[in-house]
Amino acid sequence: MLEVKNLHARVGGREILKGIDLSVKAGEVHAIMGPNGSGKSTLACVLAGRDEYHVTDGSVDYEGSDLLDMEPEERARAGVFLAFQYPVEIPGVNNAYLLKAALNEVRKHRGDSELDAIDFMEFVKERMGVLEIDQGLLKRPVNEGFSGGEKKRNEIFQMVVLEPKLAIMDETDSGLDIDALKVVSRGVNALRSPERATVVVTHYQRLLNYIVPDFVHVLSGGRIVKTGGKELALELEEKGYGWIETETSAPHVAATSPSR
Amino acid sequence: MDRDRDVRSSRRGDEPIEMMTEVAESHEIYRTEFEQIQRQGAENLRSLRERAFGQFVHSGWPTTRLEPWRFTNVAPIARSRFRLPSVGTGVGGDNTADVAGAIDHTQLAPFELAGIDGPRVVCINGRFSSALSGASLATLPAGVEVHGLADVLATNPALVESHLSKLAGFDTPASSFTALNTGLLQDGVVVRVAAHTVVETPIQLLFVTAGGGQIMTHPRVLVLAGEQSQLRLVESYGSVPGVTGDDDTPYFTNAVTEVVVGDGAVVDHHKLVRERAQAYHIASMHLTTGRGSTFSSHAITLGGAIVRNDVRAEMNGEDGECTLNGLYLANGRSLVDNHTTIHHAAPHCNSHELYKGILDDQSRAVFNGKIIVAIDAQKTDAKQTNKALLLSEDAQINTKPELEIFADDVRCTHGATIGQLDENALFYLRARGLDVEQARNVLIHAFASDLLNRITIPSIRAQLDDVLLQQLPGTGHASFAIA
Repeated sequence: MLEVKNLHARVGGREILKGIDLSVKAGEVHAIMGPNGSGKSTLACVLAGRDEYHVTDGSVDYEGSDLLDMEPEERARAGVFLAFQYPVEIPGVNNAYLLKAALNEVRKHRGDSELDAIDFMEFVKERMGVLEIDQGLLKRPVNEGFSGGEKKRNEIFQMVVLEPKLAIMDETDSGLDIDALKVVSRGVNALRSPERATVVVTHYQRLLNYIVPDFVHVLSGGRIVKTGGKELALELEEKGYGWIETETSAPHVAATSPSR
Repeated sequence: MDRDRDVRSSRRGDEPIEMMTEVAESHEIYRTEFEQIQRQGAENLRSLRERAFGQFVHSGWPTTRLEPWRFTNVAPIARSRFRLPSVGTGVGGDNTADVAGAIDHTQLAPFELAGIDGPRVVCINGRFSSALSGASLATLPAGVEVHGLADVLATNPALVESHLSKLAGFDTPASSFTALNTGLLQDGVVVRVAAHTVVETPIQLLFVTAGGGQIMTHPRVLVLAGEQSQLRLVESYGSVPGVTGDDDTPYFTNAVTEVVVGDGAVVDHHKLVRERAQAYHIASMHLTTGRGSTFSSHAITLGGAIVRNDVRAEMNGEDGECTLNGLYLANGRSLVDNHTTIHHAAPHCNSHELYKGILDDQSRAVFNGKIIVAIDAQKTDAKQTNKALLLSEDAQINTKPELEIFADDVRCTHGATIGQLDENALFYLRARGLDVEQARNVLIHAFASDLLNRITIPSIRAQLDDVLLQQLPGTGHASFAIA
């Protein structure tokens, strides 16, 4: 589904990604872990198409298409979803409006008919239950005045409604208490299927107790320095990122703190 | 000497110096029209017109050296020679009958407000058209009167004489356009609502410029809201294609509205400016509020080459509420200027102002909000906010609050913000599948949403939703106008 090869990317003139290789097949869940500043979020943003990130080398193939050649909205319509680390507040646009517009764009792309207001509400209500989201949310402006947890939950709610093929979750767990974490995980797990894949970007292992990954990759200094199964996450939790950094003796990591 | 100052102001306005000489003489050019109206128009206005036209000739066109016109150069209006389409014999106006006769209701469809089935007054080229207004005025609720001004002057002048031109002063050089309107005054609309009468359906006043050539019109509105009455008004300005199909010709609308809000009355006023992209629209609304009354204004500008909306509110009764809201969209090279003055003359009054502008291309906007609190207007609470969204590098706004506070126990706040579309929000929307234009339009609409939510007439809101979400800024559209 997703083939990332030798990906290099710069932001603000600084090289952050220094040759990422990553292969994600349908049905898989990949966790990308790493210390702060290792390039985890940059990778997520490059995949979503954020334009202040400049790809300088490498390629990304998504289902046979050159992902890097696609506009952000084309990626979204083709089934790539980024759950933002910092969801943006958009006063004056309510959630229902955004969600309906987004859903209909995705449906048009798939060749499905657009949903009218009534069908849309029915479609959405079902999914609200899973995430324990109150219906009042639909009328509220997108993320405005939401707590950190509510914003993250709203991201996952959008994801559950849009049913992406490839979901990329950028530190969705940060700032979530354990209950919210469970709710969010339930949403993600509800989407798990042999046709879909998920890339979970996280600093901590605890989310992976609920969203169990098939592969764990450790990102450090802009490269994937270690790949393993779910047990790698536990090992990291125990030993900290310093262990990996010493073991692989990757250059340019001195600026990052081993753990918080 | 004045000449020197002309030169300086002309540089600021990018006008060649020679232009100013031409402008200096051009205010005499409408004397023929004035004299014709003096001969043929309603007699009881003769001395008022005489005084007003004399003042206009004396003041001349406002120049950018006058503070209220500093950023708005009206030279394009001053150096044009507009034609007064209907110098007629009092009631109806001969030419107007012809032009109005050539217009059918389908041409007025763009100005239709869905779901409002109330009185709709149609004025063609500034003249009341009973043919186009007639049916809707046949069934007015008890206590509501809607008339053509010329008709009233001919049949029942006492109704208006004590109010007409009482609020809309024209004695200063800055009020020259009001002087011109009054000097050429022959017709308009009078709305009177009797005390304790509540009018549920909004009353629509539609001013349409029709016919070919460089037409000027001087619409006039007088609204008298009796004690404890309630009404909503929609004043719309626009044009229908000329008979010649010559739609690029600039025309000039010079409107004056006076509103008397009686004690305890509630008046909700909407003004929709949807002039043609080449048109000039200069207008002022003058109002006075009585004790315990509530007045709100929603000034919406969607089209015109130069649009100037002045609102002057005199809060003369205690415990009054005055809300002045405005939304303006400009693109191309157009200029939208909103000047508001709220005079807190009585104590315990509140005023709220919220103006928002969306500017694209090389358009310009001016906002000037003046609040005067008189020495005994204690416990005044005045709040003013002006926000502008600039969609292009070349768009420009000049915004200025002016507070003159003579009382000591008052609360006055003002704020202005100027911004661009939020790049993070744009990316967020695109990452959800909306294309760039959709995303921009959603954010533009969102910017205006709090103003839209304050408009109590759903069909106006729906029209604005469409304009904001469907017009694509930056695509070279000549105008946001719906028509």
